[in-house]
Amino acid sequence: MVLFIEQCLNGLQFGLLLFLLAAGLTLVFGIMDLVNLAHGSLYMLGAYFAATFAALTGSFVLGAVLALVATLVVGMAVEVIAIRRLYGRDHLDHVLGTFGLILFFNELVRLVWGPAGRTLPLPDWLSTSVQIFPGVYYPTYRFTIIFVALAVALALYFVVMRTRIGMLVRAGASNREMIGALGINIKLLYTFVFGAGAALAGLAGLMQTPILTASIGMGENILIVAFVVIIIGGIGSIRGAFVASIFVGLVDTVGRAFLPTLLKLFLTPAAASAAGAALSSMLIYLLMAIILIVRPEGLFPAANR
Amino acid sequence: MTSHVTLRNIVVAALLIMLALMPLYGAWIGNNFVLILFTRIVILAIAAVSLNLIMGYGGMVSFGHAAYLGIGGYVVGILAYEGVPSGFVQWPVALIVSGLFALLIGALSLRTRGVYFIMITLAFAQMLYYVAVSLSRYGADDGLTIYRRSQFAGLVNLSDKVVFYYLCLALLLLVILFVWRVVNSRFGMVIRGAKSNERRMRAIGFPTFRYRLACFTISGVICGLAGALLANHTEFVSPADMHWTRSGDLIIMVVLGGMGSLFGPVIGAVAFLLLEEGLSRLTEYWQIIFGPLLLAIVLYARGGIEGLLAGGKRG
Amino acid sequence: MRVAASKDCLREANVAEPLLQVENLSKRFGGIVASDNITLSVNKSELHAIIGPNGAGKTTLISQLTGELTPNAGRVHFAGEDITAMPPWRRSLQGLARSFQITSVFHDLTVLDNVALAVQAHAGHSFQFWKNSRKDPSIREPARAALAHVGLTGREDTVVSRMSHGEHRQLEIAMALATKPRMLLLDEPMAGMGPDESARLVKLLKELKNEYTILLIEHDMEAVFALADRISVLVYGRVIASGLPDDIRKDAEVRRAYLGDEKRHV
Repeated sequence: MVLFIEQCLNGLQFGLLLFLLAAGLTLVFGIMDLVNLAHGSLYMLGAYFAATFAALTGSFVLGAVLALVATLVVGMAVEVIAIRRLYGRDHLDHVLGTFGLILFFNELVRLVWGPAGRTLPLPDWLSTSVQIFPGVYYPTYRFTIIFVALAVALALYFVVMRTRIGMLVRAGASNREMIGALGINIKLLYTFVFGAGAALAGLAGLMQTPILTASIGMGENILIVAFVVIIIGGIGSIRGAFVASIFVGLVDTVGRAFLPTLLKLFLTPAAASAAGAALSSMLIYLLMAIILIVRPEGLFPAANR
Repeated sequence: MTSHVTLRNIVVAALLIMLALMPLYGAWIGNNFVLILFTRIVILAIAAVSLNLIMGYGGMVSFGHAAYLGIGGYVVGILAYEGVPSGFVQWPVALIVSGLFALLIGALSLRTRGVYFIMITLAFAQMLYYVAVSLSRYGADDGLTIYRRSQFAGLVNLSDKVVFYYLCLALLLLVILFVWRVVNSRFGMVIRGAKSNERRMRAIGFPTFRYRLACFTISGVICGLAGALLANHTEFVSPADMHWTRSGDLIIMVVLGGMGSLFGPVIGAVAFLLLEEGLSRLTEYWQIIFGPLLLAIVLYARGGIEGLLAGGKRG
Repeated sequence: MRVAASKDCLREANVAEPLLQVENLSKRFGGIVASDNITLSVNKSELHAIIGPNGAGKTTLISQLTGELTPNAGRVHFAGEDITAMPPWRRSLQGLARSFQITSVFHDLTVLDNVALAVQAHAGHSFQFWKNSRKDPSIREPARAALAHVGLTGREDTVVSRMSHGEHRQLEIAMALATKPRMLLLDEPMAGMGPDESARLVKLLKELKNEYTILLIEHDMEAVFALADRISVLVYGRVIASGLPDDIRKDAEVRRAYLGDEKRHV
């Protein structure tokens, strides 16, 4: 039972990180109608920047903040140099163009930081555990992730629902005239939105690093899971992304933890581990498949897509 | 009557002649490497042709086609491992299993289009990748070595590199012939119409879903064949064959060569793999060059090589 | 909905069951009511025109008739069969053909290819993988005939993207005809046409009237009154009047709502 609660919290934490990633993707897709495969690269950069800056400054928090700023800057630079040339084109062009960026960034990271990956050790005050129930402890750092991600989600909700920029997010990419009519500089808006998405990805990446370390190609694996989240939640919908990411995070984490055990009730231990391993990795995709059968537009499809 | 002697046709003809004579060239310079490289190129060209069928002619951008390469390969590998070395069993099973997976994945994915479709095919391929990784009996992450190539009761000896090369080349030409007939047939016109304007197709009376699903399945079967060939070629199969970056490579080949043309994917496969080979000799970090190059191609040469040959018009 | 004065005329008309029967069709998009309890019918061999100002919901109505939109309430019957839930492709096979207001053809194919596809859709299944369909006379000949019918002979091998707007509109109709329909749903076929082209199209529609049942949506009042056997007026998703052309022309509410601000073209 203790294990179950722990896994649920882990699932929640994973789900919230997924949300940060998916929200960035959805923002960019919703406003600029652009599919950005290189989103995972920004996640990776956030992680590497954090590891480096924390080592340089000796402070975890300062390193994290600097990493966030650096990812934001890189994101905006990428938008200005490369991404903006892709607006208005076929989605296939987006996919190929940003795929090129992935190759570039993976190789760049290997050049600058080497193939080995980086760790980001936690400061003492974050390495503790918190007692949630008598006798049940949960790492402080994981709670921090949950807290920070929820705070960001709330802030995002506020921005999307209560500000002019948020109105544009909800109105969707087709309303360029409206954007112009509101007196907003489109180029600047797009750069900013892309940067915001990059910062979200970077935040997710750097928060994940103490647990999983920074490694080359880490972005793409989780990016595909973010895609699954978006498909389940409905493209263009931040609310959908939130619900779906929690759902996916829980299913994946709890599933992996308990499926082999569950299977042992029906199969031999050997078969159970083998099948368990295979099925656990398939769970979220099976979930996606079910949603596709029942409701192909996703759980909360944005109205005009 | 328009002349057939265009730059593009000359290039294609030259390419075919080059491919036909490659083993002789390899023997002449006394180096096996060229033949091995070009066998790989021909096999991946088959995969690229299969992808072009659905992408170039059908407008279905599958970012998960490497899955069928992997499935075809694993069927051969697993059957070989379990003591069934006969190609007469392995290859048909590889085709059937690839077809079944394509049918299943297509049935789910084709209910969507555009970006959704791309992401969903990517996701399903990734799922199969993880399944392959979890197959500890068959090597999991490390992959599975194939100790004996597919046996054809003495009819063809696949271990003879030259024979194997010509078999692959023959299959490539057969596949291209098949695609040529298909795209001009009734079925092909439905697929092309659906790419051009699916709404209109339905308005005039076509149940487009079943035709596109059939096309997707056929494409998966052909790619499965390429997978079986690849497994024989490398005598090894691993989850890496199904990694999503491999699917990306296939898409690059199709776009680089020129989408929606018969020989475009062959040109693209040759160009891409030679480029990869050449650049990686220049520097270990060749993808730093290739990444932006790909972006440049997307921005400025969208019709691919065929497009450039036809005078810079979009493909 | 008010039915215009001469009900006797309706009784005299061919009222064996109407070919198309629409009952209480309603469609909402969020808070907007696009179709408000629409009831109308089209009798065999008649040309029933639907007129109304922009935004009246004409395209929404046609989309529900063709199956692209599902109504929230109401039923559609065609040739006695309830087709309300039928997908567009099946309706086409039943004999209900449609032309689009905004040209929707296959731009990268030739004119003949376009019409041939329409013929092919009604020539059995298309799971044929080897024979070249462009060389199949059983498809090409009917396609040429349809093109001849609308006056596009000679343009067979032109790629569609290179044609004029007027020719596009003709192609739209040719494709509808090529499916050997029982009924034509024409959505503003004259949209964007100049006076000469419009006159030619009116002449064509007069010919088609003799062979097909037609539901015509149009803004061009001259054409409507020249062609229609019956007219229904759609305003804000409701049919406010329905009857013979003369009666509609005189109807006070119709004049106030629509004909008063009469526009000949969109």
